[in-house]
Amino acid sequence: MKCDIVLAGVGGQGILSIATVLGFAALENNLYLKQAETHGMSQRGGAVQSYLRLSDRPVFSDLIPYGKADLILSVEPMESLRYLPYLAPHGYVVTNITAYRNIVNYPEFELIMDEITKLPHRVAIDAEAIAKEIGHAKVSNMVMLGAATPFIDVALESLEHGIREIFGRKGEEMVTLNLQALHAGRTFALANR
Amino acid sequence: MTKKLLLGVEAIGQGAIDGGISGVYAYPGTPSTEITEYIQGNEMAIERNIHREWSANEKTAFESALGMSYAGKRALVCMKHVGLNVAADPFMNAAMTGINGGLIIAVADDPSMHSSQNEQDSRYYGKFAMIPVLEPSNQQEAYDMTRTGFELSEQLGTPVLLRITTRLAHSRAGVIPVDTAASENKLKLPADPLQFILLPAFARKRYQTLLDKQSRFEKASEESPFNRYIDGKDNSLGIICCGIALNYLQENFPDGCPFPILKVVQYPLSSQMVRKLEQQVDKLLIIEEGYPIVEEQLKGFFGYGKPVSGKLDGTLPRTGELNPDIIANALKIKTENGMPMPSLVANRPPALCKGCGHHDLFKALDEVSAEYGDGHVFSDIGCYTLGVLPPYHSGNTCVDMGSSVTMAKGAADAGLFPSFAVIGDSTFTHSGITGLLDAVYEKSNILIMIGDNESTSMTGGQNSSALGRIESICLGAGVDAEHIHVIEALPKNHEKLVALIRQEIAYNGVSVIIPRRECIQKSARRISESRKQKPAHCVR
Repeated sequence: MKCDIVLAGVGGQGILSIATVLGFAALENNLYLKQAETHGMSQRGGAVQSYLRLSDRPVFSDLIPYGKADLILSVEPMESLRYLPYLAPHGYVVTNITAYRNIVNYPEFELIMDEITKLPHRVAIDAEAIAKEIGHAKVSNMVMLGAATPFIDVALESLEHGIREIFGRKGEEMVTLNLQALHAGRTFALANR
Repeated sequence: MTKKLLLGVEAIGQGAIDGGISGVYAYPGTPSTEITEYIQGNEMAIERNIHREWSANEKTAFESALGMSYAGKRALVCMKHVGLNVAADPFMNAAMTGINGGLIIAVADDPSMHSSQNEQDSRYYGKFAMIPVLEPSNQQEAYDMTRTGFELSEQLGTPVLLRITTRLAHSRAGVIPVDTAASENKLKLPADPLQFILLPAFARKRYQTLLDKQSRFEKASEESPFNRYIDGKDNSLGIICCGIALNYLQENFPDGCPFPILKVVQYPLSSQMVRKLEQQVDKLLIIEEGYPIVEEQLKGFFGYGKPVSGKLDGTLPRTGELNPDIIANALKIKTENGMPMPSLVANRPPALCKGCGHHDLFKALDEVSAEYGDGHVFSDIGCYTLGVLPPYHSGNTCVDMGSSVTMAKGAADAGLFPSFAVIGDSTFTHSGITGLLDAVYEKSNILIMIGDNESTSMTGGQNSSALGRIESICLGAGVDAEHIHVIEALPKNHEKLVALIRQEIAYNGVSVIIPRRECIQKSARRISESRKQKPAHCVR
C-alpha cells in the first residue's frame, strides 16, 4: 500500500486538521508516514500545502516527486489546480468548490470550474453547504477528508478513531458533528466520483 | 517505546528533554520556533521546571545557555540560521571556552528562503568555530542525535552545532523515543577556574586546546553510529550524501542504490571515510542541502584527483532546497510530470490579516510619505514587512532584525528627509533598542513607527521580553517624552495618526509613534482558550 497526498489550501483554512486525523490513522495501522507542512510566512493567507505520504514500506523523501501523487485534496478550488504537476496519471483530485478570494486577481470562478471539470478523475464538492446542513460550518474540513476516503486505502474506522482522539477535547458534540461530516463527504464522493 | 508522530523540530525538543537539559533558550524564528514551543508544552519539562522562556534575541539566548553550561547543566539554544549571525560573537567564543555542562546549538537553515532573507548554510559556522556539527537525515535521527549530542558535547568538552533545514524541521514522521529521560546534571562549577576567561594570555591557551581537539572531533565523526558507509555494486560513481539528501537519493532507488554511498551526518568530515569511498570509485557526486561546503573541501584546486561533481559544476542547482526530482536529473533518471498548472492559477502571496492593526499604520504612513515621494521608509523583519506588497508598497528596505532604526539613521545622516523606520515590538526588543540609543545620542532626525501588536506574530504569537514596556524603554533610552506617542491602531484614529506623523516630521530629532493593538490572531487564540476554560470556572 502506498498513498501520496498533496493537501492544498490557503493559510488559515486549517488543512492540518485533515493531516492530523490521517496521521493518527496511519499510526494505528502501523503504516509509515511522512508529512511535510508549511509553517511561517505563507500561513498569513498565502498558498499552503502539505505533502502526506502513507505506505506499508519505509518512506524516504518528505517531498512527493512530480507526477507521483495519488491524490490532491484541496479545500479551495483554485489551489487544487496549483499542484497538478504532482498528480500521477491515475491520481484523483478531490476539491472543495468554495472560492477563497483574498487576492485582487482571483480568476473567474467559472473558468476554474471548467478546468476542474476537464480533469479525468475528480470530485468537486461544496463542503461548506454540506457542513452547514450537518449544523456547523467548521466541520467542512472533515467533509473534505470524507470525500477523499474512497481514494485512500486506510480503514474508515481508523479515521473515525482519529476524529474521536483529535476532537475529543472539544466535547462529544464536536466529535459527532465531525463524524457526520466524514460520512457525508464520503457518501457524496461515492455517488459523484 | 511508543511511536510518536513528531515534526523534526519537535523530535529535537523531545531529544533534548530526554537528553537531560535543564534549560532551552531561544528567540523565535521559522523554521526553528517549535523546538522551544514543544518543550514549553511538554509535561516532563514542566514537571522538571526546565527553563523554557523566550529570550530577547539569539545573542542573549546563547549567552544564557552558555551560563547554564558553565554551571554544569545541559542546555539547548535554538535559532534560525540568520539568528546565528546575531549570536556569532558568543558562538565563536564558546568554541574557545568549551563547555562544562553539555551544550547544543540547534540552528534551522531555510534553503529556498520560504520565510527568510537568505539561505546561508550554518555548517560553515561549525567549520569556522572548529566544532562538531550534527546534521540528522530524518526525524528519528533528529531525536537520537540531539539526545546523545549532550553526551558527545561533554565527552569532547565542546559546544555542538545541530543543523537542520526547513524540510526536516517541518515534516512529521514516526519517532520512537527512549523510555527514560536522562537525569539533569547537578550544579557543578568548571574544574579549571580559568576556562571561561578569555583574556589574551588565557585565550591563547584555549585556542591551542581547541586546535588540539580537532583530531578527536574527526575521530568522533569516524566512530559516530550515524555516519555510515553503504555498499553498492556499481563503482563507476560514489555518492556522498549530507543530512536529508540521503532520503531524496533513496526515493529514486526504493530497492537500493547501485552506487556506494557515504552518509555524512556528523562533521568534521572524516577523511578516512571519504578516502575509503574515493579509492573504490571512478568519480564522486556530492549531494548536500545548502552551500557546497563538502564539495569545495574535496574538489582539487589544481584539478588533480578523481572528478568531483555537485553544485559547483552545475550537476545540481546552486540555489534552493533539494527534492527527489533534482537528484533524479543529476543521475539522469527519468522523472514523471503530472499535468501542467493551468495558466489561470494566480499567485497567492502571504498578506496582512484582515483587521490587523498594521493596516492602520500603513494607511496613515502611506498618506503622509506620498507627499515626499518614494524611498523614505526603512522597514524591518516581521509581519509588517508585508506592507511592502500591494496595496501599500510601503517599505524600501528589509535587511536584518533592527536595521530599520539604524538604516533610517544612516540615511538621515546622509541628508534624507524625512526618514521613517517601521519596526514591530518584538523586533524592536530584539535589536531596535541599541540602534535607538545611537539615534538619541546623536539627535538624529528620524521618525520611528513601532507597530506594537504585543506579539511576535509571524512566528506564532510569542510574547517579547518588552511586552507592555515599549514606551518606557524609549523614554529610558532618552527619547524626549513629548515625542513619544502611543495611539490605538484603529481605522477611527486614522486622521489622528496622520496628524501625529506630520507633527513629528516637523520635529528635528528622534520621534517615536507607537500604533498599538493586539495581533488579531493572538486575540482570537486568547478568546478561544478562555472559552475552553470557562466550564471549569463555572463549577464551584
